[in-house]
Amino acid sequence: MNTMTLTGTAATAIALTLALSACGSGSDDKGSSSTATNDARGPITFATGKDLTGTIQMLVGKWNTAHPNEKVRIIELPEDGDQTRQQLVQNAQIKSNAYDVIRLDAVWTAEFAARRWVLPLDESKLDPSTFVPAALETGKYRGKLYAAPWLTGTGILYYRTDLLKAAGVKSPPTTWTELTDACAKVKKTPEGKGVDCFAGQYDKYEGLTVNFSEAVQSAGGQVFDASGKPQVTTPQAKAGLQFLVDGFKQGTIPSKGVTLKEEEGRRAFQDGKLVFHRNWAYVYAMASAKDGSSKVNGKFDVVPLPGKDGPGSGTLGGNNLSVSAFSKHQATARDFITYIVSLETQREYGKEQSFPLSRTALYDDPAMVKLYPYLPVLKKSLQAAKPRPVAVKYSEVSAAIQDNVTAAITGKKTVDQASTDLQTALSGLTD
Amino acid sequence: MSHTSTGHAPAGSPPAASPGGPTPTGRGRSGKGRSGRGRSRRADGQGRLAAALLSPTLAVLGVVIAFPIAVAVWDSLHTTSEELDADGLVVEGTRFSGVRNYADLFRGETGDRFLNALWNTSFFTVTTVVLETILGLGMALLMHRAFRGRALFRASVLVPWAIPTAISALLWRWIFSADGVANAVLGREVLWTADGAAAKYAVILADTWKTAPFVALLVLAGLQIIPQEVYEAARVDGANAWQRFWSITLPMVKPALLVAVMFRMLDSLRMFDVPQVLIGTRKPSVETLSQLAWDEAMNLRFGPAAASAIALFLYIILAAYVFVRLLGADFVPRGGTTPHTPRRTARFGRGTAK
Repeated sequence: MNTMTLTGTAATAIALTLALSACGSGSDDKGSSSTATNDARGPITFATGKDLTGTIQMLVGKWNTAHPNEKVRIIELPEDGDQTRQQLVQNAQIKSNAYDVIRLDAVWTAEFAARRWVLPLDESKLDPSTFVPAALETGKYRGKLYAAPWLTGTGILYYRTDLLKAAGVKSPPTTWTELTDACAKVKKTPEGKGVDCFAGQYDKYEGLTVNFSEAVQSAGGQVFDASGKPQVTTPQAKAGLQFLVDGFKQGTIPSKGVTLKEEEGRRAFQDGKLVFHRNWAYVYAMASAKDGSSKVNGKFDVVPLPGKDGPGSGTLGGNNLSVSAFSKHQATARDFITYIVSLETQREYGKEQSFPLSRTALYDDPAMVKLYPYLPVLKKSLQAAKPRPVAVKYSEVSAAIQDNVTAAITGKKTVDQASTDLQTALSGLTD
Repeated sequence: MSHTSTGHAPAGSPPAASPGGPTPTGRGRSGKGRSGRGRSRRADGQGRLAAALLSPTLAVLGVVIAFPIAVAVWDSLHTTSEELDADGLVVEGTRFSGVRNYADLFRGETGDRFLNALWNTSFFTVTTVVLETILGLGMALLMHRAFRGRALFRASVLVPWAIPTAISALLWRWIFSADGVANAVLGREVLWTADGAAAKYAVILADTWKTAPFVALLVLAGLQIIPQEVYEAARVDGANAWQRFWSITLPMVKPALLVAVMFRMLDSLRMFDVPQVLIGTRKPSVETLSQLAWDEAMNLRFGPAAASAIALFLYIILAAYVFVRLLGADFVPRGGTTPHTPRRTARFGRGTAK
């Protein structure tokens, strides 16, 4: 009997707790579904990455002085992309209003928009024609803008000017053949001993999806066509994959390439162990360091990525800003986004930190070019760059690409087999 | 949880309180050590008081243990279907799918992945626990000896255990990178963090380094309660060092050792952070069940994620059960007597062992 009383009491307690929590989520639901009341003004939060230079704090400070009743508080999210996504997804699932303005990676737009976690933005208020066109594209889902382009960037080719000069190569390569030829010449020089030819990022993670897409685009193919259908079995797409596979087979890409992410590759290039290296713009400043951390300062330059028969095409990376669907002060959130992505604010931001920004004008600004000499190359690259596949189930699309490309470059599948398998997997994910 | 309630219930169950039943004989267990004095004096109201006092604990246990398990089981029996409407927005529907998520663990592509993860998990558990037990025992024996610099040695052995697992995995990733220390020492380029057999060794090494000290610590505690007199008696009887180890140290440290092995086994069955940080996600050569469940959940496939998590849960229960049954590990000291003396020590002198 006592046991029964005991369980009875416990059951009551549990039931009570559950009822309470149910109440909690119930009222939350009601709040978020009536959008009219959420379109208000008031203090908001800004969920973004680490503010390494403190510039965002300075920009937010300016906004706060001008808008004392709509103050913005910065919330720093993890540096790692997967962790950031995890945190944002979890918050969205419990319909939390903890974040008002959120920074989305370019490839998450479709997922967040389709799941109604972020709200559409009025494009006309953002002066859309002055954005880098490809960057603007990454913020759209089904023709509607959900995320305002803020940071952007694409892969560029770093190369060793000193090695090419010693080998008698006059101009940096624009095609894959020129690249391998240049390497062969460098290899024959005494300086070129022990230096590997080329590497991007081929570890099994998001970077592999980026590098695969770039190879396919640079061979004239595309991973997904305009209507969203996968096209990885076309001759062009196969040629792209073949380039990577051959690279590993012939040693153009060192076998340790399958363990390289951005940082590992950057270190190899900085230590003088690579002739050519595909990476983002952030490497420029670090490889130019004169404090002895870089062995290649003053001995390298950048060009757009080479392709199969001509200049290649990079994929876009970047971060865009969205209004959370669960925000209670959406009017303020929209205004704040307009402020942050405006040309003037971006110019101010760009002076303090080197991450490339989304307004075209900044790439021609002489003051900016003086600060960041790679901007003209980056501008040219951005004109040829394409966004990564737009898919609601992006992370699964990316996983399928990584699985099959890894199998191909490690020789577990032939190029044909990997392409066919990938086509099947992608078709299943986009229907 | 049921143990907790039955364990406490007899204390408040006077003979008069159970209608239509004699005093339950099975419950005599917890009362074995103590004599029955004072039990019959208990007033009726005390039972209710006990229940009231215990209910917050039970409620907390219910909320943090029973409720999540129930929800996970519920999740594992459902599938979320997603379709896009005309505007490309997701329309979600959750429907009951019975045991389909469980059946998928054993068939098709998802089945291959699950069985591979199950194999990896078991492989890592067996290898790391064996290595850690041997190393841990060795370290404990060394720490137990009196020698110069013992304090320093003890402290340094504990350093790996003090480092958060994710951080130590990062350190090992640094060591195992293509141009890292490991390859420099070996003089050849092994791609440890790529997907292959080498990745398995990397995980085993990192995990052993990290948790052998834990075993050592628990075993050391066990060693310290072995009275010196037993060894002296053994010496007088002419036992050599190996005999002393085999017939005194090992049996007497067995309870502590078994607890350590049990903890390590349960821990490594749910291994996640070492392979995740050191090698990465979705790498078949090291993917464990925890990683699989995590990856599914991150892709919002909560049904399959819950199903594999429940499968892992059952696997751990089974492993613990088999372990307790096979080795007769006894984790709940019976009655009032604290660490009970193993029978085999009797050979060298019952009186001295307390």
